[in-house]
Amino acid sequence: MTLVVENVSVRVGGRDLVSEVSLEVAEGEVLGLAGPNGAGKSTLLRTLYRARRPTSGRVLLDGRDVWRQPAGWLARRLAAVLQESGGDFELTVYDVVAMGRTPHKRAFDGDNHEDKAIIADALARLDVAGLAYAPFDRLSGGEKQRVLIARALAQRPATMVLDEPTNHLDLRHQLDALELVRGLGVTAVIALHDLNLAAAFCDRVCVMDGGRVVAVGPPAEVLTPALLAEVYRVQAEVTVHPETGVPQLSLRTGGRP
Amino acid sequence: MIELTETAGAAPAAVPGLPSRRPGPPYPLVIALLTLLLAGAVTAGIAAGSISLPAGQVWGILLHRIHPALADPAWTSVRETIVMDVRLPRVLLCGIIGAGLSVCGMALQALVRNPLADPMLLGVSSGASVGAVAVVVSGLAVLGVFTLPVAAFAGALAALAAVYFLARSGGRMTTVRLVLAGVAMAEVLSAVASFLVVVSADPHKAQSAVRWMLGGLAGTTWTMVWIPVAAVLLGTVALLGVSRPLNLLLAGEEAAASLGLDVHRFRAALFVLVAIMIGTIVAVSGAIGFVGLIMPHAVRLLIGSDHRRALPAAALLGAAFLIVADLVARTLITPEEIPVGIITALVGGPFFLWLMRRRSR
Repeated sequence: MTLVVENVSVRVGGRDLVSEVSLEVAEGEVLGLAGPNGAGKSTLLRTLYRARRPTSGRVLLDGRDVWRQPAGWLARRLAAVLQESGGDFELTVYDVVAMGRTPHKRAFDGDNHEDKAIIADALARLDVAGLAYAPFDRLSGGEKQRVLIARALAQRPATMVLDEPTNHLDLRHQLDALELVRGLGVTAVIALHDLNLAAAFCDRVCVMDGGRVVAVGPPAEVLTPALLAEVYRVQAEVTVHPETGVPQLSLRTGGRP
Repeated sequence: MIELTETAGAAPAAVPGLPSRRPGPPYPLVIALLTLLLAGAVTAGIAAGSISLPAGQVWGILLHRIHPALADPAWTSVRETIVMDVRLPRVLLCGIIGAGLSVCGMALQALVRNPLADPMLLGVSSGASVGAVAVVVSGLAVLGVFTLPVAAFAGALAALAAVYFLARSGGRMTTVRLVLAGVAMAEVLSAVASFLVVVSADPHKAQSAVRWMLGGLAGTTWTMVWIPVAAVLLGTVALLGVSRPLNLLLAGEEAAASLGLDVHRFRAALFVLVAIMIGTIVAVSGAIGFVGLIMPHAVRLLIGSDHRRALPAAALLGAAFLIVADLVARTLITPEEIPVGIITALVGGPFFLWLMRRRSR
């Protein structure tokens, strides 16, 4: 599914958190969203999964304005993986992943065999099947993150929005999670702090700063020392990996440009 | 759409030290046992009193009433009157109130995403009391038998909305703020209700308002039963219909929105539903605490937080609990009756502490 962001602005309390952002994500494309803290990445993502209505502008999924569709319409097509927010209720991992089936269900519908198979499959793919009946709140940060990705899989979406999905993950699980999303073939927008991961896994990278898009394009074109100096105020060297051809960043510590 | 390889139906790999199936007793067994418990409570509730009846006779009378061929009448008509006109309506009302408070507590806990929510603690019951007392004291009857429940509903909804908005700041709601706002609201509204009674010009009306505020279910008649029965039954069915969205709220507002729930509209609708149920309940029983707090927790410990499974169990357990509590309230120091709210607090407090200890192990 194609995702189009059209002149989206989000104004809160007189401050522009996102101003006039336009983006196009093609069918099956993985777009990385990068930028310093407070750049507006999470706010922009919120307008995509219907958690914050844009002050102006439109978000189109396959040509339809997501904010003009019924709430369930989007959830059957787009899944979001958000930062974990704990609760005081003893939900099991299975309960959390089973929530992913909700958009496909009407009132009083039970989980049929297909639902159960989809839930079991999502648990297995994220390597959390053994934790199925463990209390979600007592998992480690990385385990929770994987469970939330599993919940998004259980939604069977054609588009995914992920906000820092690799935040709490160890190196192995970081690669596994991003490879999994790539392997699904879905259209995806992923906010990532780790620019090396963004370079390795994203077709294009969008760099935001101060609520605006500073640069969009293939990683090798966007992640340049000049841009990193301007946006992140760091001195970085960019080399190209001899085997994979992926641009790699190494930071120089200490001095500021 | 994503095409996934078929690992369908594959059992999750067992990991040492972790449960490979849902912990706790199987769900059908829990429901069967709770139904049995409720049947036992109903029997005991009807059998016990100043004239005690054998359990067999209780069921004989009930079955005979359902269909005369089901049981041979071998009892006096006085006993039949006691069962049918005195004890049955009261036991039925207790069961309905217990079930209603219990499912409302569970729904409120999900709606404000806080395990300390309870109709009494959030000031909802006090709001309903103010509405009801205002009607009793003023003697208004513009809506006939519905005047009291409608006034109680209005009070409950106003209190719930006020507490909810007071407890929220910047889109966030902490447990401390919620409980403080609820307790403060409950205190203020109780004071308002008392004030209304004190300034009432008519001593008879004031007296009946006071008797009503003390709570308890003495003198229940069939005419009082139908409105709460209808409200609680329909309300519980409605809550079962939205049990999946209620589950989503446990995951947080943003996650619920991303999973296709219109959070604000849903919450507003459910506040109204809960206020209707609590309003009709409080209109007949006064404020009864702890049931809405403890029953949901007990149920969650037994079978988990999934509302599709937990709501029916909460209704059954709440009904059985309040029937037994009322039984104790009216038989403990006969011929005096203790307000049932005292019994629910006395029984509920220690039970809750025991559950907490068990859970922390």
